[in-house]
Amino acid sequence: MSHSPLTPGIVPGRLDAETYSENFSDLHPPLDRHEARVAADRCYFCHDAPCVTACPTSIDIPLFIRQIATGTPEAAARTIFTQNILGGMCARVCPTETLCEEACVRETAEGKPVKIGELQRYATDTLMATGDHPFERDDPTGKTIAVVGAGPAGLACAHRLAMYGHKVSVYDARPKPGGLNEYGIASYKSTGGFAAAEVDWLLQIGGITIETGKALGNGLSLPDLKAKHDAVFLGIGLASVNALGLGDEDMTGVLPAVDFIAKLRQTSDLASLPIGRDVVVIGGGMTAIDAAVQAKLLGALNVTLFYRRGRDRMNASVFEQDLAASHGVRIITNATPKAIHGNGAVREIEFDYTDDALTPTGETLRLTADQVFSAIGQTLQGEDLPALDGGKISVDETGRTSVSGVWAGGDCASGGDDLTVTAVAEGRDAAEDIHATLMGAVG
Amino acid sequence: MADLTTDFVGIKSPNPFWLASAPPTDKEYNVRRAFEAGWGGVVWKTLGEAGPPVVNVNGPRYGAIWGADRRLLGLNNIELITDRPLEVNLREIKSVKRDYPDRAVVVSLMVPCEEEAWKAILPLVEETGADGVELNFGCPHGMSERGMGSAVGQVPEYIEMVTRWVKQNTRMPCIVKLTPNITDIRKPAAAAHAGGADAVSLINTINSITSVNLDSFAPEPTIDGKGAHGGYCGPAVKPIALNMVAEIARTPEMANLPISGIGGVTTWRDAAEFMALGAGNVQVCTAAMTYGFKIVQEMISGLSQYMDEKGMTSTSELVRRAVPNLSDWQNLNLNYIAKAKIDEDLCIKCGRCYAACEDTSHQAIAMSDDRVFSVKDEECVACNLCVNVCPVENCITMEAMAPGSTDPRTGKTVQATPADWTTHPNNPATRAAE
Ligand SMILES: Cc1cc2nc3c(=O)[nH]c(=O)nc-3n(C[C@H](O)[C@H](O)[C@H](O)COP(=O)(O)OP(=O)(O)OC[C@H]3O[C@@H](n4cnc5c(N)ncnc54)[C@H](O)[C@@H]3O)c2cc1C
Ligand SMILES: Cc1cc2nc3c(=O)[nH]c(=O)nc-3n(C[C@H](O)[C@H](O)[C@H](O)COP(=O)(O)O)c2cc1C
Ligand code: SF4
Repeated sequence: MSHSPLTPGIVPGRLDAETYSENFSDLHPPLDRHEARVAADRCYFCHDAPCVTACPTSIDIPLFIRQIATGTPEAAARTIFTQNILGGMCARVCPTETLCEEACVRETAEGKPVKIGELQRYATDTLMATGDHPFERDDPTGKTIAVVGAGPAGLACAHRLAMYGHKVSVYDARPKPGGLNEYGIASYKSTGGFAAAEVDWLLQIGGITIETGKALGNGLSLPDLKAKHDAVFLGIGLASVNALGLGDEDMTGVLPAVDFIAKLRQTSDLASLPIGRDVVVIGGGMTAIDAAVQAKLLGALNVTLFYRRGRDRMNASVFEQDLAASHGVRIITNATPKAIHGNGAVREIEFDYTDDALTPTGETLRLTADQVFSAIGQTLQGEDLPALDGGKISVDETGRTSVSGVWAGGDCASGGDDLTVTAVAEGRDAAEDIHATLMGAVG
Repeated sequence: MADLTTDFVGIKSPNPFWLASAPPTDKEYNVRRAFEAGWGGVVWKTLGEAGPPVVNVNGPRYGAIWGADRRLLGLNNIELITDRPLEVNLREIKSVKRDYPDRAVVVSLMVPCEEEAWKAILPLVEETGADGVELNFGCPHGMSERGMGSAVGQVPEYIEMVTRWVKQNTRMPCIVKLTPNITDIRKPAAAAHAGGADAVSLINTINSITSVNLDSFAPEPTIDGKGAHGGYCGPAVKPIALNMVAEIARTPEMANLPISGIGGVTTWRDAAEFMALGAGNVQVCTAAMTYGFKIVQEMISGLSQYMDEKGMTSTSELVRRAVPNLSDWQNLNLNYIAKAKIDEDLCIKCGRCYAACEDTSHQAIAMSDDRVFSVKDEECVACNLCVNVCPVENCITMEAMAPGSTDPRTGKTVQATPADWTTHPNNPATRAAE
């Protein structure tokens, strides 16, 4: 251990090896068989269950939990995957506290929902550990579909299309498939290379090829893809980031939180990752929280998260906020960045305190900072895209865009709430519509 | 604190909680621990005749049924009577009774169906200073294959005969333990009564197979690939035991026959229910085997508190308290009309009542788009299923309709005067009498 949390500047190796591996282990350790049985026994098997309605992919939750309770987690996993082929990742990353578990009647009854997410993980892990893929591909249809973007939306779309016997070519700009599952999700939610393993497992359906390093605007064009395939699905996420707009983005130590996280997710040696002593994160969503928490876990001494509005307006759930607080992240609300000070490298950052209308109150705050992560939103990036709506590709409820033969879903598409599970739902539903369209069921 | 002292057929004990004849009472060591924990009495594990003792299987002897969170609901066993030498048991009984003179020590017996065998063992038991004997006519496995246990308990003539031998050959009070593996419990009880029994105790275990291993295709517990039926006990058998106790208690000829209630007693409340239905005391086996002897402390504190709240000063005020309300179906008041009522504030919106009523009953529960559940009085027959499946206690209740109001289901006025099946116009017997 060459450095400690007290070492000034942006340096690697602030912690010992054991602390690194402890800090980046599973947020929720998997349930063992006994724990799963106990947790499953709490499900009331509700009629027309509210949790199912709350799940964007409408997994039959009471049914899969009953299947766990009766000792058949593999059958439970099949129930899950039928609706959500990325049920394994969703079990790890879904903010269940605002989805299924919020709707659980035992949340109403006792303030303690059934552990739906953890049970989902138990079931999906059990089946995936066998290495088997639970679905079979239909006879080939002779149709080919291009899917651009190998994130949750693209993968869910590709899998459903392949199941129907279509041939799917997936293209992605990055070197590895998985989208934000591979490059964005917090490390402690998806440990042990799960994102990559899940993609391999999903591809066992057959009929899907993935080409990486191929981007729309860089080797691919939409007209070209349209000409060569029977349909195109766009699941390109939001590849650009909003700038802070303080004119100091080039200063050493200032960078987008998603870049920091992507580097963290791809590193093979956490001790080699440099991190500041006094880290400031700007933003109020899941990205901001993840960056702040992981900075702390890498050994930063002080991590402060600034959000321009009140806590109640933060996109990060209360659970996420509490998680940050429990790791010692300080959250300051109603403060907007005003200036970054430093000579080539950031030394201090200055904030205006603001009221609810974002008007400065006149009070300011200057804070020592050697690293600043901005997490104030991502934006769509691409050329020749179909018509947009509010900065995203405009789609109807089945994912159809303004261009006939082109569908879109996930973060890049209008509507939805920028979650893995919604991306999966949209990719799957677009696949259903593409299939119906190509096979002539609907015009 | 209420006085829990109990006098059962002349046997006094500081409380009505006895341990039933079973593994918890098979040894001096266990029984001393039980008395230290506060048990009022024990029925010593069944003794057989002198000579080489019986042997038990050397593999698993229990099987079980579990509820949520692996709570043990039912236990099954293929254990036989004590497998320790008679002299050892007798010596230990004597030693324990000497040290705990205020506790009840009753000795369970099972010897072949010959008078000589009973004549031989009774003086040996008397010599220990024990307070009484219990005749095990109930064990449904193993011993019954040898013409003892439930093989005797299933033939009222044998019960009467053996009971009479025992009464003729000892001064000790004699309790006859009945098997539930019969069709009408009143017959063996009456036989014991006729034979001179001072009391009956019931139930012994129920013939059962708890589960089948779906890999080896053998019943559990499995001994080297094979299984035999065992005897079932624990919380699951309580309703069966309660009914059998009640059947005897409400038979006028046996109204004065003391009953020791056994079968699934786990809490003070279970004990109080047995006593209200006619049991003078209770015996416990599975609950002690599941949780240890300490549970008796909750039984003691719970029953005392309950009796204090009810203003009862002696357990005799509780015994038979519910017997006058035991009735036959044909005498139930058909003019009593109730409707289910859902308390919206307590409702957690699980919808189980809706599924139950809509799918399997009377389509009497309405469900709104925002999951508000309400009862349609015009359809509700007050079957109680919704109450039973609701996970929240008291969220759904049965409310009696006031006489004079109109039942929206039938359009008829609710009558204040009771009327039952015996006078109902649809009853063929009523019509025949007309
Ligand atoms: C840091 C962070 C943490 C998050 N944590 C959670 C969480 O805990 N729980 C949760 O539910 N959600 C979380 N989210 C949101 C979630 O990751 C996204 O909603 C989800 O990944 C969207 O899936 P997608 O398939 O639409 O897009 P992405 O996952 O972004 O995938 C898009 C893919 O398209 C590729 N691509 C982009 N442009 C092009 C192009 N022009 N040509 C070719 N390929 C292209 C990209 O390389 C990428 O692989 C988080 C997001 C971030 C940024
Ligand atoms: C393992 C086991 C052994 C038993 N052995 C005897 C016995 O030797 N003699 C007897 O009269 N009853 C025996 N019983 C029956 C119990 O005394 C009692 O009647 C029965 O278990 C019901 O009570 P419970 O539900 O409290 O367990 C035995 C029960 C069990 C579980
Ligand atoms: S996918 Fe997410 S929201 Fe749906 S059930 Fe699973 S954990 Fe809950």
